[in-house]
Amino acid sequence: MKILVTVKEVATVEDEFEIEGTEIASQYLGADLNEWDDYAVEEAVQLQENGIADEVVTVTIGPEDCEQTIRQALAKGADRAIRVWDDALEGVDLLDVNAKTEILSAVVEAEEPDLVLTGVQAGDDSFGATGVSLAEEIGAQWGAVVNHLEHDLEDGVASVRRELEGGVEELTEIDLPAVLTIQTGINEPRYASLRGIRQAQRKELDVQALADIGVDEGTIESELELTEMYEPESESDVTVWEGSADETAAELGELLREKGVAQ
Amino acid sequence: MTDVLAVTDHRRGDLRDVSYEIITAGRELADETGGNLHLAVISGTVDEFADDLNREGVDAIHTVDHGEEFNHDVYTQAISQLYDELAPQYVVAPNSVNGLDYAPAVANELDLPIVTDTIGLETDGETLLATREMYGGKVETTNELEGAAVVTIRSAEWPKAEGTGDASIEAFDAEIDEDAIGSTVTGFEEVGGGDVDISEADVLVSVGRGIEEEDNIPLIEDLAEALDATVSSSRPIVDNGWLPKNRQVGQSGKVVTPDVYIAIGISGAVQHVAGMKGSDTIVAINTDPNAPIMDIADYAIHDDLFDVVPALTEEFQ
Ligand SMILES: Cc1cc2nc3c(=O)[nH]c(=O)nc-3n(C[C@H](O)[C@H](O)[C@H](O)COP(=O)(O)OP(=O)(O)OC[C@H]3O[C@@H](n4cnc5c(N)ncnc54)[C@H](O)[C@@H]3O)c2cc1C
Ligand SMILES: Nc1ncnc2c1ncn2[C@@H]1O[C@H](COP(=O)(O)O)[C@@H](O)[C@H]1O
Repeated sequence: MKILVTVKEVATVEDEFEIEGTEIASQYLGADLNEWDDYAVEEAVQLQENGIADEVVTVTIGPEDCEQTIRQALAKGADRAIRVWDDALEGVDLLDVNAKTEILSAVVEAEEPDLVLTGVQAGDDSFGATGVSLAEEIGAQWGAVVNHLEHDLEDGVASVRRELEGGVEELTEIDLPAVLTIQTGINEPRYASLRGIRQAQRKELDVQALADIGVDEGTIESELELTEMYEPESESDVTVWEGSADETAAELGELLREKGVAQ
Repeated sequence: MTDVLAVTDHRRGDLRDVSYEIITAGRELADETGGNLHLAVISGTVDEFADDLNREGVDAIHTVDHGEEFNHDVYTQAISQLYDELAPQYVVAPNSVNGLDYAPAVANELDLPIVTDTIGLETDGETLLATREMYGGKVETTNELEGAAVVTIRSAEWPKAEGTGDASIEAFDAEIDEDAIGSTVTGFEEVGGGDVDISEADVLVSVGRGIEEEDNIPLIEDLAEALDATVSSSRPIVDNGWLPKNRQVGQSGKVVTPDVYIAIGISGAVQHVAGMKGSDTIVAINTDPNAPIMDIADYAIHDDLFDVVPALTEEFQ
């Protein structure tokens, strides 16, 4: 069985930042492997270690800068990586779900995986939609917000738990091939070992342009346009205690005594 | 193409709150497009649900009586067929876990753009302006879309529709292709039980990822002990196995309403806030003055928890 894991490099924002146009000014941005994708990679690698998967391939839509993040997934055990990028994508503020679906489905067509794992959501733009949209596009089954996957997929069915609201989990049987969107907590993502990091440098990282995967530039234009970005207006009338830790702790202590909840 | 089709949400025999909120959101859009608001009620006791959903502002309710519980293939097929029949401008779905299990599929099947987790919607009938957050609530964005679209709405952002409506209620004869159904729900399970019920506590000392390491958790436990309070946490702490599942506050954990909720090193992501915003008094201890938790906090300390927490513990020892 072959598993394709979609891996995104997400932007992280410093505590204090400035907005320029419809972006956060780049000096306040960092980059990281998307938290949810980290769990998806771990799940795939465990399936491989348990002899259920033969190959784990990652796919990322992103510029050259994100190769370090992709190598993190390789260091944790993925076999090889695909990175799709194109001049046509340069300078696009936001790739919408349709555009990502179009690109990722072309990669699925070429790779023909039995199982695709995505994250529930990307930590930065948080659409939470790419996995299910992709499933529909490639005519596969799917399950959103999966926090448990049975390691017995031989019979062409994935037994999963979907995490619903309020501490309720749904037990579902899903026909393969399928796309599962992976929720945090499904496993314990490993840290890459030094050996893994060294090996990752030698693993295949295949860079593809849109034309290489047979995607027409014209079809990936985002229909969603980001026109404004601003800091949310705070509606709160929060009282901020200032001073040393001892002083602020004393203020809080006094509040708790006033409320009669602590002596 | 001026109508709005809103899809309601239910689970295990009960309509979920977002079903009433989606009526309000859908009505607002329909007022702006000058069209009708249609509701889709799919699976479960649809007639009962339809009566309950017949509130002010709803023009028509379409019921699809097929199976008891949610199945994304049934939903996707039924909504696509309703779309073909009604040709609405907007399909509005809840940004619930189930909403996210069908709305992207519906959008892709109908070849429509999708914008998820919206907290504000405006339209002139042609251009939709959708407000949503990015970076865990640190910024808000306006997203522009031309023409028809699928939209999901965040829960608790729109008020619930009230009153009694005079909507037409009709059974919609969806042709559900059973062969295309590739998933089966075999059961449900409640998780997070056990010895402690954090929803009973008067004071919660709640810890988030700011605590950095499992070895630092005793800092929080010591404070809770000194205050005679209960320890709860955000999700990553439970994901990491540092505290058991029954301590998790939020969308997929417990909803709590203590007298005092002390959020320590918790950013205030929407899924966390969903579980604690009803607390009487909220105190946030966070190094980041811009953390979204500050929006709902009554009192805040913009400082390092590793300095403030021991000082506070000492106060009460
Ligand atoms: C479907 C779904 C369901 C979810 N359900 C839940 C849920 O039920 N409950 C839940 O909590 N989350 C839930 N989440 C996850 C949620 O989106 C956030 O990822 C999570 O709440 C973040 O937890 P946090 O605030 O502890 O961590 P972070 O967001 O990483 O925040 C850590 C905070 O600590 C502060 N900090 C760092 N160092 C210090 C220091 N030394 N002193 C003081 N402050 C410090 C930082 O400024 C930051 O604000 C869910 C997500 C999804 C997609
Ligand atoms: N640029 C990208 N490259 C690869 N995978 C992506 C990309 N964007 C999103 N994904 C995948 O889709 C999931 C959901 O993302 P989103 O729908 O954007 O919240 C992520 O967890 C990733 O697994």
